[in-house]
Amino acid sequence: MRVTDPVLSVRGARLALGARTLWTDLDLDVAPGEFVAVLGANGSGKTSLLRAILGEHRLSDGGILVDGRPARRGDRRIGYIPQQRGQDPALRIRGRDLVGLGVDGHRWGLPLPGRERRARIDVLLASVGGSHYANAPVALLSGGEQQRLRVAQALAGDPLLMLCDEPLASLDLRAQRVVSELIDRHRRERGFGVMFVTHDVNPILGMVDRVLYLAGGRFRIGTPDEVLRSEVLSELYQAEVDVVRTRGRVVIVGAPDHTHHEHELEVDA
Amino acid sequence: MSDWWSALFDFRDYGELLALLHNSILAGAVLGIAGGLIGVFVMTRDLAFAVHGISELSFAGAAAGLLLGIGVVEGSILGSLVAALLIGLLGSRARERNSITAVLMPFGLGLGILCLALYPGRATTKFGLLTGQIVAVDDPRLSALAIVSAIVVIGLLVMWRPLTFASLDAEVAAARGVPVRGISIAFMLLLGLAVAASIQIVGALLVLSILVTPAAAALRISSSQLWVPVLSMLFAVTSLVGGIMLALGSSVPISPYVTTISFVIYLVCRLAGRRVRDRRTLVASERAV
Repeated sequence: MRVTDPVLSVRGARLALGARTLWTDLDLDVAPGEFVAVLGANGSGKTSLLRAILGEHRLSDGGILVDGRPARRGDRRIGYIPQQRGQDPALRIRGRDLVGLGVDGHRWGLPLPGRERRARIDVLLASVGGSHYANAPVALLSGGEQQRLRVAQALAGDPLLMLCDEPLASLDLRAQRVVSELIDRHRRERGFGVMFVTHDVNPILGMVDRVLYLAGGRFRIGTPDEVLRSEVLSELYQAEVDVVRTRGRVVIVGAPDHTHHEHELEVDA
Repeated sequence: MSDWWSALFDFRDYGELLALLHNSILAGAVLGIAGGLIGVFVMTRDLAFAVHGISELSFAGAAAGLLLGIGVVEGSILGSLVAALLIGLLGSRARERNSITAVLMPFGLGLGILCLALYPGRATTKFGLLTGQIVAVDDPRLSALAIVSAIVVIGLLVMWRPLTFASLDAEVAAARGVPVRGISIAFMLLLGLAVAASIQIVGALLVLSILVTPAAAALRISSSQLWVPVLSMLFAVTSLVGGIMLALGSSVPISPYVTTISFVIYLVCRLAGRRVRDRRTLVASERAV
């Protein structure tokens, strides 16, 4: 029985930030090892959903359970992979120190060097193919190499649920493939659920089990074939939207662009 | 010319002076350790400008302490803590923080000048608050410095890992449950204490030479989590103790010696750092091929 329990369970969730409701009546179960892509325009509340799961936003209604327990801040069973950024103080340190922050950065006191800690970091680095550049400052690494370190950092907590917030943004196509395949391989081997926020589903289209599409306060959940269709998205956006499949890629045409103040709201949140 | 030289460097009766001024040297060493250590986080948290702002309010506090008879050290600690707390609470984002610092700074300086103008005592004491001490550090002041520095160092050691995580990688740290906001406020309070201690030796205008320059120099030549703080402390102690020892017997405040040494260390590290960087870039590009 235990195996089939969802690692993430969202029930009747509503999130309002200020006067604006981002989504309502959201129900979602993520099974162990399941890969869910979270799609939608800027300001549709994708990142805010991850923040709510992390306990950083309080829901206006409904509840979120992570492996059967209410979402709370600092849940060690959740891994988190952020977007790669060109301007970031984390760029100043060495790769292995970035991974080390994931291992014990939340604990008080000094990072006392030890054989065990070192071995743990080495294993994590090897699991993302990052051993050979681990001692270089992060700033000298490519975007793809940096994101592989982020995967290792997030794996350090042995998560049941991996939250990824645009981990492929600003990567080139090859790096996008390497990083998404890495996340896919580890969720199969380790059996953690994945919530993967992205503005472009194509790099992960072949890996995704289900899609959560957020738009205009509404949402659809289903397999990519069920959700990424013209009539489904047109209803969701309440506008003419065409979903074109060409050469194994999905192109969404005509999705209404969200206004700038909505975008800013998302950034502020 | 020789007049200038003898004003700057005078090593007659050096041994006796050294014995007289061993308090100052101890104070410099203690402050160097605390300042060099906290400087690393000042750099990673991008707080250099905030340090300058805090020091002006600390100067105001010290001047008020002098005028009202509460004591210079007590006044400067109070001014520092108020400024650090205000900047920490109101300026969680870099841009807000800079504008709040810029607003507080002239106000603090003005307040300090007002208090000094009203104070009837000696002019050198007044001047010293801004540009550093010339007189020996007495026992009560040394113990005050030692206690404040000890609080700073112990506070930093206790929250070292979460502070590092929150400073380098705030988004992931928050996701991992590090109390990023609480850590930030606690850090600002420690920074306030470090600024108040530094003012006693180098003066409000030159605090950056203790709290920023050594760490900036260390970051030029290393990115190791161990060596950056160690080098930063070493540079700060060298600047302070070296400055005090050169200033012995001269009629000039110690601050120009301290700031010059710390600046020269920075220059050397910058030059050496370019070499290190070139080599690393080469290694990185070879690896990419």
